[in-house]
Amino acid sequence: MISSHLQRPPWWRKASALRRLDWTLIFAVLALSVIGALLVWSATRVGPIGLPRDPHAFLKRHLLNLLIGFALGALVSVLDYRLLRAYAPFLYALSCIGLIAVLSPLGDTINGSHSWIVLGGGFQVQPSEFGKVGLVILLAMLLGEPRDGEEGPGYRDILLGLALAALPAVLIMLQPDLGTTLVFGAVVMGMLAISGAPKRWMAGLVGAAAFAGFAVWWFGFLKPYQIARFTAFANPAADPRGAGYNAQQARIAVGSGGFSGKGLFNGEQTAGHFVPEQQTDFIFTVAGEELGFVGALVILVLLGIVLWHGLRIASQAMDLFGTLVASGVVCWLAFQTFENVGMTLGIMPITGLPLPFLSYGGSATFANMIALGLLQAVHLRSHNV
Amino acid sequence: MRSASYFRLMVLHVMVVTLLLVLIGRLWTLQVMNGAHYKQVAAENRTRDIVVPALRGQILDDVGRPLVRNRSALVVSVDSKAMARQRDGGRAVLHRLAGVLGTTYNDLALKTRLCAPGIKRPCWPGSPYQPIPIDDHVDIKRALQIMERQEEFPGVIAQVQAVRDYPKTEGATAVQALGYLQPITQEEMDRRKGIKVTGYSRVDLVGRDGLEAVYDADLRGEPGIRRLMVDSQGRVTGTAREEPARPGDHLVTSIDAKVQGAVERAIGKAVDDMRKQGKKAEAAAGVVLDVKTGRVIALASLPTYDPAVWTGGITQSEYDALLGKGQGEPLISRATQGQFAPGSTFKISSVAAAVRDGYSLNGIYDCPGSYNVGSRAFTNFEGQGHGPMDLHKALVVSCDTIFYRFAYEEWLRDGGIHPVPKPKDPMPAMARTFGFGRPTGIDLPSESAGRIPDRTWKKDYWEATKQENCRAAKSGYPELERTDPSRASFLKQMAAENCVDGYILRAGDAANFSVGQGDVLVTPLQLARAYAAVANGGKLVVPRLARAVVRQDGTVVREIEPPAQRRLPVDPKVITYMQKALAEVPTKGTAAGAFSGFDFKKVAVAGKTGTAEVYGKDDTAWFASYAPANDPRLAVVVMVTQSATGGAVAAPAVREIYETIYGLNGKKAVWPGGKPPARLPKPRRDGTFAAP
Repeated sequence: MISSHLQRPPWWRKASALRRLDWTLIFAVLALSVIGALLVWSATRVGPIGLPRDPHAFLKRHLLNLLIGFALGALVSVLDYRLLRAYAPFLYALSCIGLIAVLSPLGDTINGSHSWIVLGGGFQVQPSEFGKVGLVILLAMLLGEPRDGEEGPGYRDILLGLALAALPAVLIMLQPDLGTTLVFGAVVMGMLAISGAPKRWMAGLVGAAAFAGFAVWWFGFLKPYQIARFTAFANPAADPRGAGYNAQQARIAVGSGGFSGKGLFNGEQTAGHFVPEQQTDFIFTVAGEELGFVGALVILVLLGIVLWHGLRIASQAMDLFGTLVASGVVCWLAFQTFENVGMTLGIMPITGLPLPFLSYGGSATFANMIALGLLQAVHLRSHNV
Repeated sequence: MRSASYFRLMVLHVMVVTLLLVLIGRLWTLQVMNGAHYKQVAAENRTRDIVVPALRGQILDDVGRPLVRNRSALVVSVDSKAMARQRDGGRAVLHRLAGVLGTTYNDLALKTRLCAPGIKRPCWPGSPYQPIPIDDHVDIKRALQIMERQEEFPGVIAQVQAVRDYPKTEGATAVQALGYLQPITQEEMDRRKGIKVTGYSRVDLVGRDGLEAVYDADLRGEPGIRRLMVDSQGRVTGTAREEPARPGDHLVTSIDAKVQGAVERAIGKAVDDMRKQGKKAEAAAGVVLDVKTGRVIALASLPTYDPAVWTGGITQSEYDALLGKGQGEPLISRATQGQFAPGSTFKISSVAAAVRDGYSLNGIYDCPGSYNVGSRAFTNFEGQGHGPMDLHKALVVSCDTIFYRFAYEEWLRDGGIHPVPKPKDPMPAMARTFGFGRPTGIDLPSESAGRIPDRTWKKDYWEATKQENCRAAKSGYPELERTDPSRASFLKQMAAENCVDGYILRAGDAANFSVGQGDVLVTPLQLARAYAAVANGGKLVVPRLARAVVRQDGTVVREIEPPAQRRLPVDPKVITYMQKALAEVPTKGTAAGAFSGFDFKKVAVAGKTGTAEVYGKDDTAWFASYAPANDPRLAVVVMVTQSATGGAVAAPAVREIYETIYGLNGKKAVWPGGKPPARLPKPRRDGTFAAP
């Protein structure tokens, strides 16, 4: 093997790198992106009455976002991910600065969350999305230090990792963005577990999380609308016009799709804008209504392929850092997928989280594509490419 | 890779797959197992049904003049959805609107909030998609302010809507016969299955009394439904289906507005005259019947009220006032629901009964001033004796003592105070065949039966009052004792008798009954029908107000025929005999004064006066009549309570009514030929049937 690859011309080495990409992963993401673009189009094609605008505005912007996202992903995948280790503190600092900026007067409030920095010209950035990338790389650096003879990270590494993860988490909580905070928690837990952290640490963290959840509820840190969302989750019929509205309408839209769906662009619930945020957080309702069980299943299977391949990349990585980067990405995407689809189907409380690779939204698309790029980067270097 | 990490990675594999399977399972239950349910929910989600109220049919008189019609009213309503979309929830708009309508913001805010559990009225019980009516008697100036300055009043609608209108054609109100509308209650909705309601309180009115109630199903029509497509904000995106409202049918009645107006004026004048003379004249009634068909030409009752009170939503206090005694209970139709002693007008039944019981039709009977019934002397009116006479004269001069004798003798034959097993009771039996003692069956709600105080009634009444009588028999009337000791002792004795054997039909009861006094009660309509029976040769008609239900275009939906007539068990010879006698009452008898100078050559009138004594009150005046005497067509009855004699009070009113009907007062006759029109009115080109 070694001799043969030494004899290859340099262009072949490059081409072989291209060949060694995880193409299944790429095609799955591509398929999801195409489906997502169609769903975004369907969700925004018919605008609310009385607002004259370009019916394809959302679609055009989304396609542009996807294009930029793929470019970013490609860029990240050709990087030697090990270099990221050096950049990790810088990326982390950058994302924290972004999150602080959001809370400053630079930030803007959309849907009750102070999560955006408006750049002008209709562009806006949601730093918390990039914060996920920063978190994954930072934790991978801290917990994936090469160690000899030790089964897992020492308590110093763990405490440092927790402390550093807590800063952006708190900043995001202040926006307030409960969904992304929960993603942070899932990523921290997942990466700690994979890094081999002692069981007692894991148990302690689970206990601390439960206690924190209780404290948040007990001391009323949650906004009334957030509590209402949780209550609505428990009993959506209690207040169908208020907090339960989203949950109820989402269920109706998905349920009315039936086995085979009403056909793309034929969803009446979608056309009537019954589900708020149906192009972003509730994009899955469009899939459910228009593509039916069959279409929704295809989407879930495609997302499953992405996650499965991510896990395979994690287990085949050449070093712990690579494993942790890949598994961090998987935890992030898996939690976000489950939470998003789950809230659409009424088995999870409603939080503002986009569905990876499908929802409309620039920052999320870029972050997801960067995550895809990280997976490819780890994959490319797992066999000494 | 370290083994712990590897193992945990495997766990993560399993977790990811498990979570995905959970999602897929949930998707399956939602979409495949419950898909049909959600499809239906989704369909309901997307549409809103707006009910389009139906225009209620008119009530027309015999030639098509409207008695009740609809008028356009400017109604100001508020679209709660549009209000909710405003930045301040419509607060500013409602403040401005309150200023224009002259009310307060609080009032409007309460009226426009949606009813929900825990929110008490005032609140809007209807659909939030239906405009909420705020005020439906807005004058045009205020409505224009709102319509012209729509930018200041977003979500406020000033629109034209139909409300009930009473044109008082020819002065005819006929309020008690026509009835009124009130918002439908839940019980009415439950009782009348299939009735379509709008949930729009001012539209979901239902006939609560009179013809409006009896023919409600014909008049109300069917509301239409406009199914609107709406988006998530409730904004209307289109109309999915439109089922137009079917307007209600018109009800053609046999009431003639001119005759009705004349009756109302005549009894009004009689009451006014009596009140000027210091009498109470609390109530009055007038009835005009077609003796051949039983169709009611006029039905009037006093006290009355202005029907405009119903338009635009009556307040609870106004409604209570109408029901209360303060205004004399003007909702009660004295013509069909009032019960009064008929006095001598009742003698037609007594003559028929006596002859049927064997007294000779052509016999001569003595009419002394006083006749002893048992130990008590029963006197003629003002104690006057007239000497021997035939029954003809007995009716003309209204002799009572002849009838006392008949009644007393009949009572003795039935066994007196120890009645035979099956007493004949000829007078009560005949009264029943004349239709007294039970409702006539007119097409109006809650008609009274009147009362025939026969042995059964006596017994029931005794049982009901026994306790009270026996108590009074013991303790007497101590309060009355101080002021009127003789009366108190008389009443105590009466109570003692009634306590022991009050169930016995006494001789005095029988005597009183024969002249329409004592416990006998009739409605003016029953009396008019009895006279109609004499006029038409012995057929008891069933009165009808409604003639036909016709569509807006005049097509006849159905004609309403009066039910079959019943023949009286009276020899035609007796009828003819009584007719001849009654024809002399206005010329030579008790009504001669009232009819002096009346043009009998043009129209001969036959009739009978009645002056019923009521304990502790002034007499009830009656005149029961029919005309033309030679070829009877109409029966006219007028009654005035707490006034004076029938000849002085009621007969002049009847005379005025005839003069109007037959054009004897210089005016044109109501109908050419003096007969009610046989044909139904036809609509004119503009959709109306006749000018009011």
